[in-house]
Amino acid sequence: MPTIILFAPLIGAIIAGFFWRLIGEKSAQIVATSLLFLSCALSWVLFFGHYEHSETHTIMQWLESGSLSVDWAIRLDRLTAVMLIVVTTVSSLVHLYSFGYMAHDDNWKEGESYKPRFFAYLSFFTFAMLMLVTSDNLLQMFFGWEGVGVASYLLIGFYYRKPSANAAAMKAFIVNRVGDFGFALGIFGIFMLTDSINFSDIFTEGHHLAELTFPFLWMEVNAIETVTLLLFIGAMGKSAQLFLHTWLPDAMEGPTPVSALIHAATMVTAGVFLVCRMSPLFEYAPGTLHFVTIIGALTAFVAATIGLVQNDIKRVIAYSTMSQLGYMFVAAGVGVYSVAMFHLFTHAFFKAMLFLGAGSVIHAMHHEQDMRNYGGLRKKIPYTFWAMMIGTLAITGVGIPLTHIGFAGFLSKDAIIESAFVGNSFAFWALVVAACFTSFYSWRLMFLTFFGTERGDHHTHEHAHDSPLVMLIPLGVLALGAIFAGMLWYEDFFGHRVEEWFGTAIYTNHETNHTLHDAHEVGPWVKASPFIAMVLGFAVAYWFYIWNPERPKQLAARNPGAYQFLLNKWYFDEVYDFLFVRPAQHIGRFLWKGVDGKTIDGAINGVAMGIIPRLTRFAGRLQSGFLFHYAFAMILGVVAIITWFAITGGAH
Amino acid sequence: MLSNDISVILPELLLAVFAMASLMIGVWSKKQEAVSNLILWATAIIFVVFGAWIGLSPEGTSTAFNGAFVNDGFARFSKVVMLWGGASMMVLSRDYLLKNDLLKYEYPALITLAMVGMMMMVSAGDLMALYMGLELQSLSLYVIAAFRRDSLRSTEAGLKYFVLGALSSGLLLYGASLVYGYTGTTSFTAISSVVTLEGVSLGLLFGLVFLATGMAFKVSAAPFHMWTPDVYEGSPTPVTGFFATAPKVAAAAMFARVLFDAFGEAVSDWQQILVFLSIASMFLGSIAAIGQKNIKRLMAYSSIAHMGFALMGLAAGTEEGAQSLLIYLAIYVTMNVGVFAFILNMERDGRPILSIDSLGMYSRVAPGRALALAILMFSLAGIPPLVGFFGKFYVLSAAVDAGLIWLAVAGVIASVIGAYYYLRIIFLMYFGEQTEGLNGTMPAAHWVFLGGAAAAMVLGVYNLFGVESIAGIAAATLIH
Repeated sequence: MPTIILFAPLIGAIIAGFFWRLIGEKSAQIVATSLLFLSCALSWVLFFGHYEHSETHTIMQWLESGSLSVDWAIRLDRLTAVMLIVVTTVSSLVHLYSFGYMAHDDNWKEGESYKPRFFAYLSFFTFAMLMLVTSDNLLQMFFGWEGVGVASYLLIGFYYRKPSANAAAMKAFIVNRVGDFGFALGIFGIFMLTDSINFSDIFTEGHHLAELTFPFLWMEVNAIETVTLLLFIGAMGKSAQLFLHTWLPDAMEGPTPVSALIHAATMVTAGVFLVCRMSPLFEYAPGTLHFVTIIGALTAFVAATIGLVQNDIKRVIAYSTMSQLGYMFVAAGVGVYSVAMFHLFTHAFFKAMLFLGAGSVIHAMHHEQDMRNYGGLRKKIPYTFWAMMIGTLAITGVGIPLTHIGFAGFLSKDAIIESAFVGNSFAFWALVVAACFTSFYSWRLMFLTFFGTERGDHHTHEHAHDSPLVMLIPLGVLALGAIFAGMLWYEDFFGHRVEEWFGTAIYTNHETNHTLHDAHEVGPWVKASPFIAMVLGFAVAYWFYIWNPERPKQLAARNPGAYQFLLNKWYFDEVYDFLFVRPAQHIGRFLWKGVDGKTIDGAINGVAMGIIPRLTRFAGRLQSGFLFHYAFAMILGVVAIITWFAITGGAH
Repeated sequence: MLSNDISVILPELLLAVFAMASLMIGVWSKKQEAVSNLILWATAIIFVVFGAWIGLSPEGTSTAFNGAFVNDGFARFSKVVMLWGGASMMVLSRDYLLKNDLLKYEYPALITLAMVGMMMMVSAGDLMALYMGLELQSLSLYVIAAFRRDSLRSTEAGLKYFVLGALSSGLLLYGASLVYGYTGTTSFTAISSVVTLEGVSLGLLFGLVFLATGMAFKVSAAPFHMWTPDVYEGSPTPVTGFFATAPKVAAAAMFARVLFDAFGEAVSDWQQILVFLSIASMFLGSIAAIGQKNIKRLMAYSSIAHMGFALMGLAAGTEEGAQSLLIYLAIYVTMNVGVFAFILNMERDGRPILSIDSLGMYSRVAPGRALALAILMFSLAGIPPLVGFFGKFYVLSAAVDAGLIWLAVAGVIASVIGAYYYLRIIFLMYFGEQTEGLNGTMPAAHWVFLGGAAAAMVLGVYNLFGVESIAGIAAATLIH
C-alpha cells in the first residue's frame, strides 16, 4: 500500500507530462487527479492504523559504496502517516481545484497547451514530497528535498514569459541553495560521525554524539550541536525562516493553486518535519533547540508585522504562512514535536483553504490581486466568502477559552503558546504579539475584500461571480478540516495520548524535557492570552476598516518611517541586494569579462590565432625543397643531440 | 644447424624466392599487363596468408644464425601488422596503377622485396642483420618512390629520398662502427651484456646517438623528417599509402628492438633522445600540417606527428611503453589504410585531385564516404570515444607511469593543436563552401577498406579487437 501511495503521483506525472498528446489534454488531467485521489484514500487508511514502532518497506537497494549503504525504503510511522494525509489530501484537492482555476489563462495564447504540464508538475511535486516524508535515510530525504525544490522552481516560473516569475523562481532556487548547503554539510557530518545515514542507525547514536567533539573551521565544536544546527539551516531555507525567508513572498508569482499546495501546506513545512523527524538528535542538542526557538519566534513576529501593511492578497497570506511556520519551529524548539506537527497538520487545512479562497477571489476578479481594488464582494461570491471566513476564524484561533472547543487553529496555536510559556518567555511574548497581529491582518484581509464599498475597476466588479463547482468542492472539504481537525485530534497531538499515538516516531528525552507535561499546568491567564490577543486584533481591524476606514491612512501618514519599514519588508531584500547580490554580480562579471574573457580566451586565442599560424608559416619556409637544406637540418639535429650529451654526459 | 636456421627464416626466405620468381615470370611473359595484374593479386594473397601463418605460429622465441635473426612475439606482431597493412595497400593500389598506366610487375616485386627487408629489420638480433634488412627495404623503396618515371615530381621524390637515405645510412653505419668499437661486438645480446657490465661510456653513447638518428630518419621523426612531405607528395599515391603504413611499423619496431635488446640497461640515456624526438615530431607534425593544402602533404605531417606519439610510448622505456607502441602502430596502420582508400579515389572527371579545398560540402556528394572519412579524421585526431583516442591514451598513460609527465602534457597540447587540421577536413566536408568538387566513383573493394576502417574505429571501442592483450604478450617478449 505505501508503495502505491508513493508511485501513483509519479505515474500520474509521467502520463500527464509525456503522454498527454496520446490521450488528450482532458484525460491527462483526469488521470493525474484520479491517481492522486487514490493515493489520498490509501493514505487515510494508513492514517487510522496503529504505529507503536516504525515499519520499513524496502523498495530497492540504492547504492553501496564503501561503508555507505543506502536502500530506497519507506519508513512508516506516525510522523509519516500524518505527513502522508496532509500531502495527499491537499494535493488531490489542489489538483481538482486546478481544473477550474487553470481552465482559462490569459498568460497563454489560444491553442497553447499548458494544462498537462501544470498537472504533471503538480504530480511530480507530490511524488517528491512523498519521497521526502517517507524517507528511511538522509540521502532519500535529500533527494525528495531537492525534488520538491525543482518542482517548486518549475511551478513558480510556470508563467515563463513573465520576467518577474522567472526572477522569483531563480530567487527561490538560489536562496534554497544556501539552506541546502547546510543540510548537505549536516548529512556529511552525520556520516562522518556515525558511519551511516540510515535513520535506524543514527537515531540510537544521539546520546553518544552528545559527548563527542570534532574540529570544525578553527574550533573544537560539540558534534551533535553542530550537525543539528547544520540540519536546521537546511530547514530554515526550505521553511522560509528569518534570514532565508526572502524567496517565499516572491514565490507568489506562481499560479495560486501552487501557492496553496507548495508554499503553504506542504513543501514549506518540510523543515518542521525534518526537525521533528530528527528529534532523537535534536533532543541532545539544547543549544540548537534554543536557536530554533529564537529563530521561530523572530520569524513569527517579523512576518506578522510585515503582513500588517501588505496590499497584495496573496502576499498577506504568504507572510501569514511564514509567521505560522515560525510558530511550528517554536514548538519544536521547546521540545514539543507533537505540537509542532499538530500545527503543521491543522495549518495545512486552513492555510490551503485561505489560498484557494484567495485564488477564487482572484479568479472572480479577473486576476486582480490588490486588495485596495476589492470591497463588498460578500454578496457577489458568497461561497468563497464563507470559506474564507472559516479559514480566518481558524487561523486567528477562534474558540471558547479554557475549553477544547474551537476552530483548528485555536487548539494548535494555543498549544504552542502554552508550551512556549514553559520553554522560553521571549518566544511566548513574541508569539502572543504575533497572534494579535495575525488576527489584525487576517480580519483586515476579510474586511477589505468582502465588506465596505466597491473600489477599483467598476467593470470587473460587475462581472464578479462565484467560482465553478470544481473549485468550491475543495474549499468545502478543507473547511471541514479547518473546523474539526483541531478538536478531533487534540488528545493525540497534545493531550494524554501523545506517547501512545506517536510511538517511537518522535523522541522525548524524559530526563531533561518536561515541556509537554508542564504546558498543561500553566495558569488560566496564559491559556487565555492568545484569545485576548485575537480579540484585540479583531477589534482594531474592525475599527480601522469598518468604523473608520480613513484611520489607517492617517496613521500611515503620521508614521511614515514605520509604515515604509513594514511595507518594504524590513528592507531585507535591499540589504541582501547590497550585501550579497551586487558583490556576487561584480565578482561574476569580473570573472566572466576579466578572467574568462580577457585572460583565458585571450591567451588561447592569442596562441591559436597569433603564435601557431606564425609557427606554421615558419615550418613551411623551412621546407624549402632544397636537398642541402634537408641534409643540413639532419646534421643540425645530430649535432644538437651530441652536444647535449657531451655537455651533460648522459645520465651519469 | 643450418636446417634449423632455415626453418626460422622460412617465411622471409619464401617471400624472397617469390619476389625473384615473380620478376622472372614478368620478364619472360608476353602479356605484360595481365601477368602484372596476376602477380599483384598473388602478392596480396601471399601477404595475407603469410600474415596468418606468422600470426598463428606457435609462441616462443627462436633464433637463427647465432642470434643474428630473432623470431619472437614482438617480431611476429610487427610482421603481421606489416604484411596485412601491405596487402591492403596492394589491393587498394591496383585501380590507381591501372588508370595511370603504372601497373607493372616490378611494383609488387619491389614491394615484396621491401617487405622481406622490413621483416628482417624487426627480427634483427645483430647490427649487421639490421643493416642488411634496412638497406634491402630502403633500396626497394627508393625505386618505387620514383616509380612514375615520366613524372618530374616522382623522380625528384625518389632522388631526394635516396640521397637523404644514404646520408642517414651513413650516420647509422658510423654509429654501428662506434658501438662495435666500444663493445667489440655487433650482437645485441653481447652489447647488452657489455652495457650491463661496464655501463655506457661516452663513445658508446655517441654510437647510440648516431644509431638513433639513423633510425629516426626511417620513422621520419623530427628533425630527421624533412624528406617526408616531399616524398609523400611526389610519389604515386599508392606508394605514399604504402610508405605511411608498413615501413613506419618496421622502422619503429626496429627502433624498439635496438633500444630494448641492445641498450635495455641504459634506458635513462636513450630516454632523453626519444623525449626530444617525440616532442619535436609531435609539435612539428601538428603545427606544420595546419598550413598544408595538399592532402598527401597533410598526411605526411600527420604521420610525423603520429610517429611522435608512438615514440612517446618508446620513450617510457617500460614494457607498458612497448605495448602501447605496438597498439598505437596497429591502430595507426588501420586508420591510414582507410584514409588512403579515400585519397586514392579523390578525382574529378578521371583526374586525381589532391587539394583539400575540393572537399567542400563533400557530404552532399557522397554522404557515406564523407561520414566514413569524418570518423577516421576524428579518430586520427584522437577524439574519444573512437579507437584513435585509445591509442593516444595508452602511450600517454605509459609516459605518465614512467614519470614522464611533462612529455605527456606536451603530447596532449600537441594533439590539441593537431586536432585543428583533422577537424578542418570534417568542417569542409560538412559546412565548407561548395566548390567544383570531386565526382569520382569508388570501387567496392575500396569501400570495404574505407568503411571497414571507419567501422573498426567505432566498434573497436569495445575491446580493441583484443589487440591490447596480444600487444601485451608481444611486448613482454621484447623486454627481458
